[in-house]
Formats: sequence, structure tokens, C-alpha cells
Amino acid sequence: MQKNVTIDINGQPHRQAVEPRLLLVHFLREVAGLTGTHIGCETSLCGACTVLLDGRAVKSCTVLAVQADGRSVTTVEGLAQGDKLHALQEGFWEEHGLQCGFCTPGMLMCSHDLLANHPTPTSADIREAINGNVCRCTGYQNIVNAVKNASRKMAKRVSARAGAR
Amino acid sequence: MRPFEYVSPTTKAQAVSLLGASWGGTEILAGGTDLLALMKDDIVSPKRLVNIKNIRDLRGISSSPQGLRMGALTTLADLADDAGIKKNYPALAEAAIEAASPQIRNMATLAGNLCQRPRCWYFRNGFGLLPKDETGNELVADGDNRYHAILGNEGPAKFVSPSTIVPVLIAYEAKIRLEGPKGKRELPLEKFFVIPKSENEREHDLGPNEIVTEVVVPPVPNAKIAHYEIRQKDVFDWPLAVAAVALKMQGSNVESARIVMGYVAPVPWMSPEAEQALTAQPLDQETAQKAAEAAVKDAKPLSHNEYKVQLARVAVKRAILKAASGGAA
Ligand SMILES: Cc1cc2nc3c(=O)[nH]c(=O)nc-3n(C[C@H](O)[C@H](O)[C@H](O)COP(=O)(O)OP(=O)(O)OC[C@H]3O[C@@H](n4cnc5c(N)ncnc54)[C@H](O)[C@@H]3O)c2cc1C
Ligand code: SF4
Ligand code: FES
Ligand code: FES
Repeated sequence: MQKNVTIDINGQPHRQAVEPRLLLVHFLREVAGLTGTHIGCETSLCGACTVLLDGRAVKSCTVLAVQADGRSVTTVEGLAQGDKLHALQEGFWEEHGLQCGFCTPGMLMCSHDLLANHPTPTSADIREAINGNVCRCTGYQNIVNAVKNASRKMAKRVSARAGAR
Repeated sequence: MRPFEYVSPTTKAQAVSLLGASWGGTEILAGGTDLLALMKDDIVSPKRLVNIKNIRDLRGISSSPQGLRMGALTTLADLADDAGIKKNYPALAEAAIEAASPQIRNMATLAGNLCQRPRCWYFRNGFGLLPKDETGNELVADGDNRYHAILGNEGPAKFVSPSTIVPVLIAYEAKIRLEGPKGKRELPLEKFFVIPKSENEREHDLGPNEIVTEVVVPPVPNAKIAHYEIRQKDVFDWPLAVAAVALKMQGSNVESARIVMGYVAPVPWMSPEAEQALTAQPLDQETAQKAAEAAVKDAKPLSHNEYKVQLARVAVKRAILKAASGGAA
């Protein structure tokens, strides 16, 4: 009953025969060995398992690995370029957007989806974007600040690139 | 989760032929946001899962002067973002953006939303859709029914219809299209929802080997339409009461109205009483209040949910006043 799947994870194809009932989050953590994606509730409620599926944020605990066959997944491990953190990761660092860090991968991936579609979000937009993600430490305000910080940085880099041309 | 066979047909006909002729053995998988939760808890344990996401004919949104056509696989995120829907059916876009969370809206499909199973906690904990104890007593009537039905609850079904998109679609006079072994059929959306009388029935007029293929909405030129939800938490929570209204006007009076409530009955609940109360009336606080009273006149709350009568009344009144003042924000 196993099924062959090929899932592109952070630019690397992963081919594997899996049971259809295997959840994507387990594929990421146990088959691909990428444990940055966390499991909080496994019931679609906490958002810790959020990854990008073809660029859109989804809860990988409620997606089957077979549903991701032939598609591309970005996990938190795919954000940094070598030693260079992604602007969102810098934002969380600079604004103390994390304490224990358990919710952080999910928060980052959700914010990534937000900024891709709304590069200059308001606080309300950010709160809306992370409303499916639970954090028990920060009280959310620093997460909102972190996403704003990243959005400012990304806007600056875009205009710097445009200026250089 | 129990093991199952996973198949991914690419045509509607293949999908229909892969589905069983009775419930239990096979299930359709779209986004999986509801079905996978039920399968994790062994509430539904199909032997075969028919993934319909690779069927191209089920995709896409198109607007034309004849109205709006939304393929079964349209996601709630698509509904919330589509420029044509935002412009011409703003109350639908608003209902979509208020549902669930961004990650869920990215996966959840329109057909899955219409076919999602009730949130009733007895059902979700394995006691069945019409839960009874060994001696045949109804568990909901005697138990914790704070979130259950206040209307249409005379029979054994006490759960509430769970979609927050459906009431507004019904207000817009949407029609649902289905395809099965006997061919295609089309129903007014409100007729798709039925109150089951036995455990072998489901809450939809859907055959075990039928597929919802699309939803169509006629153009709505001169109606005032609005949608109003009451939730315990502002976001990411299932509502306590929903109301959607469509008011066709003749001058400053209501010519005809469609008033639909969600989360109050086992089906989306249309209220001819409230519609009647508004007909030929101007729109103001007083007429909205009268219509709202009429909407819940026949409510029969259970032991722990009388508060929902007031919430439903307020939802209807506010939906009418919101429509009167221009509808969706
Ligand atoms: C945390 C959370 C919050 C939510 N909040 C809301 C809310 O506020 N408002 C709201 O309306 N909903 C809400 N939902 C429900 C959500 O909208 C549904 O789970 C979703 O729309 C289902 O779509 P899907 O594509 O994931 O369906 P699936 O889970 O794949 O399927 C759901 C059911 O529909 C059947 N099905 C799917 N497609 C078809 C088809 N084409 N033809 C026939 N049968 C089909 C499946 O067999 C299954 O029984 C919430 C869900 C969660 C988990
Ligand atoms: S609400 Fe209280 S107990 Fe819960 S996480 Fe916050 S501080 Fe801790
Ligand atoms: S682990 Fe997926 S939402 Fe909590
Ligand atoms: S930082 Fe601890 S859960 Fe968010």
C-alpha cells in the first residue's frame, strides 16, 4: 500500500515510498530529518507545524505527505542563505520575537506568506496573518514588531536593489 | 489513523467510478482540513481515499454577466482574494476571510466547506451524528448542549450546520452542481442540506458516489446583502450564530428578502417569517427588530442554550441593519 512520492523541500527533491497515512510534518521531521518544523497539537489549532506548500502557508500536521507529491515545500530551514539570516529571522532576533522558540518556525512561515502578498502590512494585518498560531510566551506584541521590522528591512533592500540598477 | 488506499484520478468520471455506492468504504479528499481531523480520531475510517485535487475541471473562478461560477476546488483564500468576488459579491469575500485561519483557508476548498461534517462534540468524540446511549436516550438533549440547535431540533439531530460561508451563499441564491453515476444535477444550495433522521443518513443530499463539481451564483443587481457573525473569540473560533440577508428594494421599501441563519439548526435555516415581516416595510431599527423577533419566534432552546436565541435574534437584526447601511465593509 506504499506510495512513491517526490517532494521538493527547500530546493532539494526527496523521493520516498510512504504509507498514504503519513502526515507531511512527519515526512519532514522523520524522513527528511528536518526537525525545525514543530508539532504542538497535531490538530490544526496551534500553527507550530506551518510550512509553505507551493508558497502558501499550510498546517503540515493536517496535510498528508502524498498530498504534497510533486509539489514544493519550504520549511524554516529554507529561510536562511548559508550564514545569512532571512530578514524575518533578523526581525525576530532584534525585536525579541521569541522566548522559548517553540512557536517561532510556524510564526516565521506564516509571516513569510503574509509579506509575500502584503509587503507593508499594518499591525492588524499581521495579527490577522498569525491568528492561527499560538504563542504562550511573548504576548504576541514582539512578534508583531518583528514582522514590521522585517517588512521595513525588505522594503529598504528592494529600493536599494532598484537604486543600484 | 487507519491505513487506506490513496487514489488520485484526473477526471470527474474516474473519480465517480472509484467511489463506493454506499457510505463507509470510500471518502473524497479535497483540502483535507476536515476529513483528516475525522480520520485521525477514527470518526471516519475509509478504506480508500479519492483525492480530487488533480481534476482540472473542478478548478477555477469565472465571473460573467450571467453570474459567478466557482469550481469545487476553489480555496477559501481564493474566495477572499478574487477581485471579481470582492467587487460583485463582497459579503461572500468577507465571510471567506472571517473563516478559520490563513493556513486553513489556503487548503480548505469550497466544496469541502459545504460538505464539512458538524462540529458537534458528541459526533467528534465518536458518539455518532445522532448520539444515543445504550437505552436509546438522546445524549445531546440530556447532556451539554450549549452549542447545539435552537431551531429544527425536534428530531434526533441536534447538531448545527457548521459552514459560515453557506448562509451568505444561500442569500445570494447560489446553486450547487453535482455529478454522479447517473449524470449531473443542480440544486438550489439550501436544498443540499437535509436533517438526517437515522444514523445511516448524512446531513447533505449527496450520494456516496457523487461529487460536488461547482457552485454558481446569479448576478445580483439591486439587492442589499450582508453577513454577520457572532463569535466568542474575535478570530479562529467557530461562531455561535451567523445571519446573512439579501434585501431587494423597491424605492425605500423592501420588495423581497432572503434571511438565512447559520449555527442555529442542523441545516442552514431560512426564515420565511422574518422575510415576511420585512416585506413592503422600510428599513429601520424597528422593522429590523421585528424581523429578528420573527426569525426566532419558533426557537425551542435545549437545556443549556437559551442564550443562543438572543444571539440569533441580534445576528439577524445586525445583518439587516448592516445591509441597510451598505452591506459588507
Ligand atoms: C480550526 C478550524 C477552524 C475553522 N473555522 C471555520 C469557520 O469559521 N467557518 C467555516 O465555514 N469553516 C471553518 N472551518 C472548516 C473548514 O472551512 C473546512 O474544514 C474546509 O472548508 C473543508 O474543506 P477541505 O477542502 O479541507 O475538505 P476535506 O477535509 O477534504 O473534506 C471535507 C468533507 O467534504 C467532502 N468533500 C470534499 N470535497 C467534496 C466534493 N467536491 N464533493 C463531495 N464531497 C466533498 C469530503 O469527503 C469530506 O467529508 C474550520 C476548520 C478548522 C480546522
Ligand atoms: S495565560 Fe498565564 S499561565 Fe497561560 S501562558 Fe500566559 S502567563 Fe502562562
Ligand atoms: S501541530 Fe499542526 S497546527 Fe498544531
Ligand atoms: S516563543 Fe514560546 S511559544 Fe512563542
